[in-house]
Amino acid sequence: MTAVLQAQGLGKKYGKRWALRECTVEIPAGRVVGLVGPNGAGKTTLLKLAAGQLQPTAGAITVLGGRPAGTPEQLGRVGFVAQDTPVYAGLTVADHLRLGARLNPRWDAAVARERVARLGLVPSHRVGRLSGGQRAQLALTLGLAKRPELLILDEPVASLDPLARREFMQGLMEATAEHELSVLLSSHLVSDLERVCDFLVVLVDSRVRVAGETDRLLDTHHRLTGPRRDPGRLPAGQHVVSASHTDRQSTFVVRTDAPIHDPAWTVTRLGLEDLVLAYMDRRTVAERRVALEVRR
Amino acid sequence: MIWLTWRQLRGSAAMTAAALLVLAVVLALTGPDLATRYTAGIAECAQDGTCDRFYDQFFGAYELPFMAVTLVVLLLPALIGLFWGAPLIARELEAGTHLLVWNQSVTRGRWLAVKLGLTGLVAVAAAGLCGLVVTWWSDPLDKSAAESLALMAPLVFGARGIAPMGYAAFAFVLGVTVGMLVRRALPAMALTLAVFAAVQLAMPLLVRPHLMPPVTSAFELGRANVENLGMTREGGGPVRILLRSALPGQAGAWVLSSTLVDRSGRAISDGDGEAALQVSTTSGPCSPSGAVGRGDACMAEINRLGYRQRATYQPLDRFWPFQWIETGIYALLTLGLTWLCFWWIRRRLS
Repeated sequence: MTAVLQAQGLGKKYGKRWALRECTVEIPAGRVVGLVGPNGAGKTTLLKLAAGQLQPTAGAITVLGGRPAGTPEQLGRVGFVAQDTPVYAGLTVADHLRLGARLNPRWDAAVARERVARLGLVPSHRVGRLSGGQRAQLALTLGLAKRPELLILDEPVASLDPLARREFMQGLMEATAEHELSVLLSSHLVSDLERVCDFLVVLVDSRVRVAGETDRLLDTHHRLTGPRRDPGRLPAGQHVVSASHTDRQSTFVVRTDAPIHDPAWTVTRLGLEDLVLAYMDRRTVAERRVALEVRR
Repeated sequence: MIWLTWRQLRGSAAMTAAALLVLAVVLALTGPDLATRYTAGIAECAQDGTCDRFYDQFFGAYELPFMAVTLVVLLLPALIGLFWGAPLIARELEAGTHLLVWNQSVTRGRWLAVKLGLTGLVAVAAAGLCGLVVTWWSDPLDKSAAESLALMAPLVFGARGIAPMGYAAFAFVLGVTVGMLVRRALPAMALTLAVFAAVQLAMPLLVRPHLMPPVTSAFELGRANVENLGMTREGGGPVRILLRSALPGQAGAWVLSSTLVDRSGRAISDGDGEAALQVSTTSGPCSPSGAVGRGDACMAEINRLGYRQRATYQPLDRFWPFQWIETGIYALLTLGLTWLCFWWIRRRLS
């Protein structure tokens, strides 16, 4: 299986701050990949690096086997819908379609026209007067009609209301099925991605925390609840993702390939949202810090 | 790409074209009449030798439109830099639309090349057309203008010939560069205006006088270069003389410095070109009794005593060489900034 995106030790620095560092990840083709993480985790940076909008400070990134945005051909193979779905407010819907047709040799005018008609967009309307949802749909139309092999969307639904969100995601899914393209989209809300993504990358504090197929991630992560216990005393194969303790009870989220036999634990399966939250949860780190301070 | 650039430009381009068209039509309608009056006036005044008075009258009658069109040509490049140059990239960066357009199947180098090329070409064409039409129209007036408003005068030089094209190209690319560095349209416009104004002031003050080595020579004093010759009515005391920034026999020259020197070549005038001469005012041609014929005899006496006007100047026939050199300098500046734009969009805006 070929990879649509391969990153090796990828890093990007703005001034003195690393927006993304030591990112090594491989994303297989033909997937709908969700990139999740809290605000400021580096999602946009990673997507912009993949789209060739940014040049990496460290490491290397290959998209569809080539350097991002290196050539017009490479640009044509990757679609990118940036955050807040920018469009030219002064131009009309028809102007945007014409723009796409003029600037993309593989432009699919029929798809564009059909989508615009289905969305109820009036070609002669100025884009500045459209609603946020309509603008997002127009930007998605531009991204789809250029017939990319990989479509990258940065927080496409962040500014939309719940109904528009669902419509947008639905439209995206239909298009994905129809055109057989890989999709990489980011969100800080897992609920946006839950139904559509079959591959997940969790980015926290400018580092990749976990990446893998959604089903496999769900199969290998468990929540253990039982009498209070030190995380160091768990079996070697169980990697602790997060831990919380009360006076008597400990709750761990662990990753393990092996089944859990210890009868002391109540084992529950995690939802995708809980899984991601466990990775975003920095209490494990914070707790250690508190303990140190008390000892002093 | 050309289509998109034109689509984004066409509104303001049409407006500019309309304004320039109105100007061109007005000038085309009044120009021939102006030229006819000038020719007739010259033919008439040449007979009785009153051409100085004709020049003054003719120029005085058209001074307002002359200043107006000169101002239009001087301001046009600044406006181009301000409204076409500065927002060209800055507005895209501000609205985030660069992310949309940079992800079509066009590299950003080509995107910038077409945007710069097409818009810049329209800008240079507009300024060039405007400059040449005004140069044609104001030709009789330029021939009649006093030294301070002659062709070589700093204010007028930049509004004639081909220099406006150089200014427009430079102002446009300057605006684009500043917009790219500042990334916000409004501050970029302000900064562009400030930098362009500074360059336009520095050019005539610091650079243009040295484009070609200026000529220095001494001139006899006469009515052409002496503003005022004064002596006390009752005689006694020195003769006071005030020089003009004009040279006899070098009409329209750009006088860079003008001083009064005595026989030994020592400068004796102050900064305003005023000097007190050691000429007898109690007897001889400069005394009250000898001052007949409006001081001509006194002037001759002053010349005989070896007083001269020493002037450093650029003669009028250097107008076209200067136009070419100055346009060339602005073209080089434009090329340098263009290179910076391409470098910046590849290295820094990523």
